[in-house]
Amino acid sequence: MTSLHPTNAQRSERTAAAPLAIELVGINKHFGPVHANRDIHLAIKRGTVHGIVGENGAGKSTLMSILYGFYTADSGEIRVNGTPATITDSRHALALGIGMVHQHFMLVDNFSVLENVVLGAEDSAFLAPTLTKARTQLKALARDYGLEVDPDAIIENLSVGQQQRVEILKALYRGAETLILDEPTGVLTPDEADHLFRILGKLREEGKTIILITHKLREIMAITDEVSVMRQGAMVKTLTTKDTSPGELAELMVGRRVLLRVEKGPASPGKVLLDVEKLVVTDDFKVPRVKGVSFQVRAGEIVGIAGVAGNGQSELLESIAGMRDQLLGTIRLNGEVLSLEGDDGAARARAAGLAHVPEDRLRMGLVTTFSEWENTILGYQHSYGSGPGLDIAKARATAEEYIKKFDIRPPNLDLKTANFSGGNQQKIVLAREMERNPDVLIVGQPTRGVDIGAIEFIHNQIIKMRDAGKAILLVSVELDEIRSLADRILVIFDGQIVGEADPATADETELGLLMTGSHATEVGTVSEPGTLAPHETPVQQTLTQMSPQDNSGKDPN
Amino acid sequence: MTPLPRWADVVLLPLLNVVLAFLVGGLIVLAVGQNPLQAVGIMLYGAFGYGSGFGYTLYYTTDFIFAGLAVSLAYHAGLFNIGPEGQAYVGGLGVILIGLALNGTHWAIVFPLMIICGGAFGALWAFVPGYLQAKRGSHVVITTILFNFIATSMMGFLISRVLKPVGVNSDESAPLEAITRVPQLRTFIELFKNSPVNLTFFLAIIALVFIYWLIWRTKFGYAVRALGQNPVAANYAGISNQKMIMIVMAMSGVLAAMVAVNNVGGVQGRLILNFVNGAGFVGIAVAFMGRGHPVGVGLSALLFGILYQGGQELAFQMPGITREMIVTIQALVILFTGAMGDMLRAPLARLLTRSEPATGAK
Repeated sequence: MTSLHPTNAQRSERTAAAPLAIELVGINKHFGPVHANRDIHLAIKRGTVHGIVGENGAGKSTLMSILYGFYTADSGEIRVNGTPATITDSRHALALGIGMVHQHFMLVDNFSVLENVVLGAEDSAFLAPTLTKARTQLKALARDYGLEVDPDAIIENLSVGQQQRVEILKALYRGAETLILDEPTGVLTPDEADHLFRILGKLREEGKTIILITHKLREIMAITDEVSVMRQGAMVKTLTTKDTSPGELAELMVGRRVLLRVEKGPASPGKVLLDVEKLVVTDDFKVPRVKGVSFQVRAGEIVGIAGVAGNGQSELLESIAGMRDQLLGTIRLNGEVLSLEGDDGAARARAAGLAHVPEDRLRMGLVTTFSEWENTILGYQHSYGSGPGLDIAKARATAEEYIKKFDIRPPNLDLKTANFSGGNQQKIVLAREMERNPDVLIVGQPTRGVDIGAIEFIHNQIIKMRDAGKAILLVSVELDEIRSLADRILVIFDGQIVGEADPATADETELGLLMTGSHATEVGTVSEPGTLAPHETPVQQTLTQMSPQDNSGKDPN
Repeated sequence: MTPLPRWADVVLLPLLNVVLAFLVGGLIVLAVGQNPLQAVGIMLYGAFGYGSGFGYTLYYTTDFIFAGLAVSLAYHAGLFNIGPEGQAYVGGLGVILIGLALNGTHWAIVFPLMIICGGAFGALWAFVPGYLQAKRGSHVVITTILFNFIATSMMGFLISRVLKPVGVNSDESAPLEAITRVPQLRTFIELFKNSPVNLTFFLAIIALVFIYWLIWRTKFGYAVRALGQNPVAANYAGISNQKMIMIVMAMSGVLAAMVAVNNVGGVQGRLILNFVNGAGFVGIAVAFMGRGHPVGVGLSALLFGILYQGGQELAFQMPGITREMIVTIQALVILFTGAMGDMLRAPLARLLTRSEPATGAK
């Protein structure tokens, strides 16, 4: 058992002179105008656990997808065991001994464990010999790595943690020497996560290489030998875990970029316009994502909700906007309780004076096959025309007006919305939601995928709304954006508000720690390696018990 | 891939598909030793060449317009209603019940009531799958197919055991009196002698205009299209997906049931077994060929009307071409315009974009 709690001496031994399992040299990848990976250099030593951390959208998943053959890099070289390799698909990656455990499992639910393990790796047209062989191998793997799973169990009857073990077994059965795990603990209960980390320890002991992608710094500190930090598509730094601290990592992750300058006077908060009390919201799989959140937003102030994506922000916004039913709690708008049940709650929220700029404009805020003017009235179509008929002339006039006011380009209201750039699409949404003069505006990721020029414009519009006495709730994963816009910052982690800060005085490192849930362990100190620091609150425990089939499925990355 | 220009999408592509279908059909005609050109000539003559034939063409067209609109309307909401066949059949029950109840009353009173009552029965038959989709997540494709079977069995039972008068041998309801039936156009227009085309044809034309207005000119239609194009955005806009699905399915059922007004109220004057005779299924092909647009639906309904009427003429005039051969040609049109309707899209788009620099420079 000593190996599970390696001393620092043991760690150094591993990281010192080990040969490289994987080496990435100068990897670049573009998606359209987005430079997802810029000149990435990364060396991963054999027999180590190498952590990769970074905010959502930092390019971690893209990099791993390149390594696993999902994407091809625009330029750069991949070396496996020192030999340059061109990896074109996952089969190829597997042949080179690289296996991946995806965040969302790739298992056939009604197959047995054994059948899933051999799927795609059958030796012959007849299944029986392969199954017999696999059964023996699974037994050996279970013995060697503590990967106990009943080979005849049906996948859908297994817990999420067990399913993940099947994914690991699949990779090992195919001879993987290097395992990539993408946010492996996102879907696990704390116990299951502990079990997973014991397995990873065993695998390392047996000489396997593990690449662990996560944004949870506790896990990095607990298990990894080395850690690489990515930010905005670039590799910022690679550090030896024992020589770093969560504080340093958080700082590197979030970055100390210059704040975008936003001209903004002091807020003069008036009466409470939006009052959220003990809100509990579940996702589509009935898993609680918002776990008892309470806060208030006053007229003339911007409240920013900071947090790493996937910590309940989406569900919180959707719930307040009437798109998602709340399990418990009350939402008051202007003192009146908002009743949002049913799948037309959004209409009632709007009628009560709430406007919503959704996080994901393409999926939610726009019908991209509609022309521009049609999207100008989405959600407000009832106010165009008195009878059943749609007052198209009035709608087009409104569209014309918004195009001028928000400088939407090209100024063509008959153009299909899909053909506008991201920034202009966002302006279409913003114009629609702001120009109706709502009391409360809730805004999710206002500048995601928006170019610099438009960002400034959008920020100024939001400030203007505040100065006009509106209550604004802003959710963004861009800490800079929150800091420059918000008058108060609430930090959300794992569905709960874990802290409040004044943007003027807030310490970035401190915020970063709160956002990554590392605050339970004191800054600068490291919990005992090999175990995870406890961070569960009582509320969270009850909620976890409520949801035996935990499933994240919500990470937009 | 650049999308096709609208004129190519709406006119050129369906036209090419039809030509392709006829080319392949022509090869089959050739293979059985007949002259394809002669066959086409007879077909066109049968469909348009004389009054009664033209009347029959319009009669079939009426059926196909309603069935095609039923499928199109649902499709705009993202729903694939494959059940107009059953919805029309059950709609027939509503038509005959009101007709028999008011038997002997003038058609001017009964005709609107047939539309309402038949429509209500059709709506009910489509509403149930809509309800199951909205509230229970059972896919309408599956449930509407099943409801076609249920309709066949249920109507068979009702016609042969309940509606059949004592002393009648064939499986059919009691007849409506002449004054109660929807009048056929031949009573006003000499040209249509012996053909069953009736006032319902004009109802179909009105329905085409109405559906165009509904989908593109009303708030309701806006909500329908938003739902069909992006259900999440519809939810964001406060449009109740569940309510819309149920309403649209019911309306689709109303449209399908108008097939029964045409047949039961206007032609047979009584309810007979399997009177829909596949018109509901043809509606699916009509809707796809017409790309869900009322103008397209009208035109493709006419095409299928020609195929049906002209095909019968053909089978009668050219004994070498059997009924089965006609059905084969009809099936080819459905295959090329429906199932394989997008086959030529990519090459056509390539062709048009290649010629664009030459023509598009201004």
